[in-house]
Amino acid sequence: MEKIFQKLSLASATLVFVLLVGIFLTLYSAAKPAIDEFGLGFITNPEWNKEVVVPTAQDTANRAEALNSDDDAITDEDDVMIADEDDEIADEDEMLLDDEDESVTKTIYGGLVPIVGTLLSTLIALVFALPIAMGIAVFLAEIAPKNISNIVGIAIELLAAIPSIIFGMWGLYYFAPIVAGIVGGYQVSLLTAGLVLGVMILPFMAAITRDSMNTTPAVLKESAYALGATKFEVIKDIIFPYSKVGIIGSIILALGRALGETMAVAFLIGSIFVLPKAINDPTISIPVAMANNFGEASGLGESALFYLALILFIISFAVISLAKFYFLKKAK
Amino acid sequence: MRLLINKIFLGLSILSAGIGLAFLAWILITLFMKGLSSFHFSLFLNDLIEGGLRNLIIGQLILAALASLIGIPLGMTAGIYIQEYGQGKYASLIRDLSDIMMSAPSIVIGAFVYAIIVVPTGGTSGWAGAIALAIMMIPVVINTTDSMLSLVPRELREAGIALGASKYKVIIDIVIKAAKVGIMTGILLAFARIIGETAPLLFTSETSNYFSLNLNESFPSLTVSIYDLANEPEESSRDLAWAASFILTVIVLIINLTGRFITRNKK
Repeated sequence: MEKIFQKLSLASATLVFVLLVGIFLTLYSAAKPAIDEFGLGFITNPEWNKEVVVPTAQDTANRAEALNSDDDAITDEDDVMIADEDDEIADEDEMLLDDEDESVTKTIYGGLVPIVGTLLSTLIALVFALPIAMGIAVFLAEIAPKNISNIVGIAIELLAAIPSIIFGMWGLYYFAPIVAGIVGGYQVSLLTAGLVLGVMILPFMAAITRDSMNTTPAVLKESAYALGATKFEVIKDIIFPYSKVGIIGSIILALGRALGETMAVAFLIGSIFVLPKAINDPTISIPVAMANNFGEASGLGESALFYLALILFIISFAVISLAKFYFLKKAK
Repeated sequence: MRLLINKIFLGLSILSAGIGLAFLAWILITLFMKGLSSFHFSLFLNDLIEGGLRNLIIGQLILAALASLIGIPLGMTAGIYIQEYGQGKYASLIRDLSDIMMSAPSIVIGAFVYAIIVVPTGGTSGWAGAIALAIMMIPVVINTTDSMLSLVPRELREAGIALGASKYKVIIDIVIKAAKVGIMTGILLAFARIIGETAPLLFTSETSNYFSLNLNESFPSLTVSIYDLANEPEESSRDLAWAASFILTVIVLIINLTGRFITRNKK
């Protein structure tokens, strides 16, 4: 019995390892067709689901120049995109008709737009949430009397418990109109998505930052107060330097959350595969690209979505490992 | 001057706490106003196809409960291994990996389950959804079990061993009992977290307009349906989405507060 129980618990623990490796291998093998087809150029290619002409033998000479220089090709495609932004399907049809007689077409997928969308929306969320989260953490750890700190602390943690889809709906119907009213531009945009994402990671970031700040030994703080330091000086010169590493770890951990968030962003980012030219333009992020296109995708399109998933998984794995193993370990 | 800077700084800090609370209030008030205005008890009696939410609420509860049935035993035994049996490198590797998995993007877990279950079985199913949620839940349960067991004093274990009890007896009858409240709280919080998840369910269980207890086909999910309804142009669909969000949030917050209440009472 003893042996069985021990083996069982070992098996469950190993399951974690198997799952993580399994996720990685499954994503990789599902993404394999797209990886073989597009290689690492996938990351820098801004076109998604676009019919392009595969040149035939006679055609090759004419097009050699354009194909030789990737940069040129991308700029050209960009121009086409701007012109036909609203009418991509018509554009594709045109191309099909144009080249029917001499060339075959194939569909290409590139991940640049969702990758950029993911990074930028996370950045906006971070810039928005960071100062407020720090303020809340200082308030909870140092300023508020214990009972108020407890109540506010619970309220902030409840904010963290609200399902992300609720943040998305609230953001779309109540928050975005106000932001768009102030900044102008679309209600669904990089900016509104980033801000709602910021509101979402706010409580999480505040809670773990507070925990880091609370590790500062009381003796250090008391000595500083005894020397006549103000609260601000104690926080700036004692608490912050002491818990710096832990705070940075908390911020990166919150960043990891924001990178992979799907539902709050899905309502707000606009979900179109176009690089944003301004902060209040709509675009798309990796999780949203998956959420909204997985159902209809098949073949190479589905594989390209798995490629995106793999990229997201690797980015968030790296970010979280950095936070956990470098900063938070050091903080202990 | 120093005092002035201090005042400004403290003011800013209190202001940010105010901003945080204001967002919470704003979201909750919106939810209550919109949710209550579209709320009606008939929502609990009719399925989505008849304009109600009954099948979705029951479906979501079943998915989360099933995920717990899979996730809790696995997570707890893994946590027990890390804390009680494992030594050195391997146990701490598993602990670290579990921490990473806890923050893995939920949509990626959905895609993973899609690839290993939905594709081979030929379609979305309740099982796939429950398994996706279970994978979300396991690392949270591991984390709780691990940290709660680490709080149990060493002397309790030694006393058990000294009485001649075998190690697993000591773990089950003494260590787990001592850490029971903490573990239960952690599990409740984990449950509250997965019941509000949407992304892992999008392409695993999907959702259904009809009442269903058949886990081999697309399974009704409250969260996935909220997403579908909220994106529909008709005002009535969106009102229904608000009512559904209201019910979901109430469920999540009640479970969450219950968890906190249990720990508080213990103290």
